[in-house]
Amino acid sequence: MSFSKIKFDKKIVLSFWIILIALIIAAPTLLPVFRLNLLGRYLSLSIVALGVDLIWGFTGLLSLGQGIFFALGGYCAAMYLQITSSSEFPNNIPEFFALYGVEKLPFFWEPFRSPVFTFFAIWIIPALIAGLIGFLVFRNRIKGVYFSILTQASLLVFFNFFNGQQKLINGTNGLKTDVTQLFGQMVGSEPMQRLFFWITAALVIASWFFAKWVVKGRFGNILIGIRDDEPRVRFTGYNPVIFKTIIFSIAGGLAGISGALYTVQSGIVSPQFMTVPFSIEMVIWVAVGGRGTLLGAILGAVFINYAKSLVSEALPASWMFIQGGLFILVVTALPEGVLGWLQGDGPRNLLQRFGLKRKIETYPSLEVNNKEGNNE
Amino acid sequence: MNNKDLLNLIDITVSFEGFLALNKLNLNLKKGELRAVIGPNGAGKTTFLDVITGKVKPTKGEVIFKGKSLVGRKEHKIARLGVGRKFQSPRIFENLTVKENLEISVTTPKSPLNLINKSIKDEQLNEIDRLMKIVNLAQKVDSKAGSLSHGQKQWLEIAMLVGQKPDLMLVDEPVAGLTDEETDLTADLLKSLSGENTVVVIDHDMEFIRRLDSNVSVLNQGTVLCEGTMETIQKDKKVIDVYLGRPED
Repeated sequence: MSFSKIKFDKKIVLSFWIILIALIIAAPTLLPVFRLNLLGRYLSLSIVALGVDLIWGFTGLLSLGQGIFFALGGYCAAMYLQITSSSEFPNNIPEFFALYGVEKLPFFWEPFRSPVFTFFAIWIIPALIAGLIGFLVFRNRIKGVYFSILTQASLLVFFNFFNGQQKLINGTNGLKTDVTQLFGQMVGSEPMQRLFFWITAALVIASWFFAKWVVKGRFGNILIGIRDDEPRVRFTGYNPVIFKTIIFSIAGGLAGISGALYTVQSGIVSPQFMTVPFSIEMVIWVAVGGRGTLLGAILGAVFINYAKSLVSEALPASWMFIQGGLFILVVTALPEGVLGWLQGDGPRNLLQRFGLKRKIETYPSLEVNNKEGNNE
Repeated sequence: MNNKDLLNLIDITVSFEGFLALNKLNLNLKKGELRAVIGPNGAGKTTFLDVITGKVKPTKGEVIFKGKSLVGRKEHKIARLGVGRKFQSPRIFENLTVKENLEISVTTPKSPLNLINKSIKDEQLNEIDRLMKIVNLAQKVDSKAGSLSHGQKQWLEIAMLVGQKPDLMLVDEPVAGLTDEETDLTADLLKSLSGENTVVVIDHDMEFIRRLDSNVSVLNQGTVLCEGTMETIQKDKKVIDVYLGRPED
């Protein structure tokens, strides 16, 4: 067996965690406010990436529509903040309504007066909608590319709907949160942002443990089974539809939490959260970090986004090329992603290539490739 | 049809856009029986399994299993009723370990809540140990199933099938790609399973079928051409014509 694997599992994973936790604890004192805010945002994005990893990395469902659930979480949080901060505006409703001559609060805003309702809505509404979409799609055995196209189409439907509804949710302008009040403080203020950073960091870790719990043991094994050979799972007596619906719903809930955290730290939620490229980027973070390695999804989301902002500051137009290049590199050279490569035989193979390590003696595989022979 | 029958296929016809994969096929299986099904390529052997397991819905006809009709039921429901299937080429979960593969098969009930909430029951762990001994995989418990040899994969899949505790086991070409020794062991294994279980074996390998020493059904062009012991089959003129070839060949 590859001894590099054992070493990497223990040491690298542990040190990554120590570094990560140390960074989180020290971040508000080490980083300028601007950088701290960016880090907070990128950490919140890693929660949606965890969801993408659960459905794609583990279950094999490539969703290009996670932006829907991400934006829904953001809208839930923003609606609450807007409505609780609207006492000085005409009719005691959020300011933008006056622009369109709306005098009465639309009915679906009402429950968002309650902080308790909002707290649950942020993750339950996206999870329910994901569950509903998922159930209808999975029940009809739509999978593979068709599933991806369908999720992207749903994303466009949501995008266009939210874009067009000025009178309901301020349409393309979105809902601002940075000038709203929470706990008697401005949401965009420095102490609040610091608080959000801590909350985000804690929730990333909580989500990571949650995701680990979901994929450990037999439940996670069934997800992997569905990814690798769904008919076999079915003939063993499991109903893949239920499992896929549950995991898609979990990913939707995580996306909602992620979107809410991202919204309060970037100061606005708008239909831009539901653009096609953004949802594809989520997949790229996971692909680069390492599909099927939950930590890889977190690291991928944080590092790629941080790189994006650093590169964009230095060479404004070049990021798209770098991101494209990164994706091509991962697809061709590191199909398991960076973390997957590190955990697998990657480093050993690289050393071998430079003649620094002996090849393991083994027989060439003589096995019949079972993917071709099965009469699926 | 009588009460001792576990499975009755009545006038099954499957038409794929006009092509009759099965044509008025009738077949009855008694409880505890071991039955071999042979036939030339395209005779409908695999479609016959697809119909029983719910993968293909028959255009016409009835499938009665333990007195219930299987037609129109979903695959996983049929599996839970007690129909297990082993595929032609080994279909195991290559990224899971041998033990995890078997866990998936022995777990009951097969609901998400049970899987996520509870740990595996002791009796199921014992069952896994027993199965691993039967198929000689005890030393490979924690190896990835993908790293097994072809023969071991075949056996793992048979073990998974047994672990499901099905009343009816459908085994599709279990000895394809196995060595002679492995083939003999597989034949003995399947023979030892019948009696308590009802087993249907599909294969081309005549030596293997002979070794099973069971009743044989010969399929040709989607219908049962002939049924009986190996000796009767080999003397049947129709069978010789379509399948076995003439003795002088």
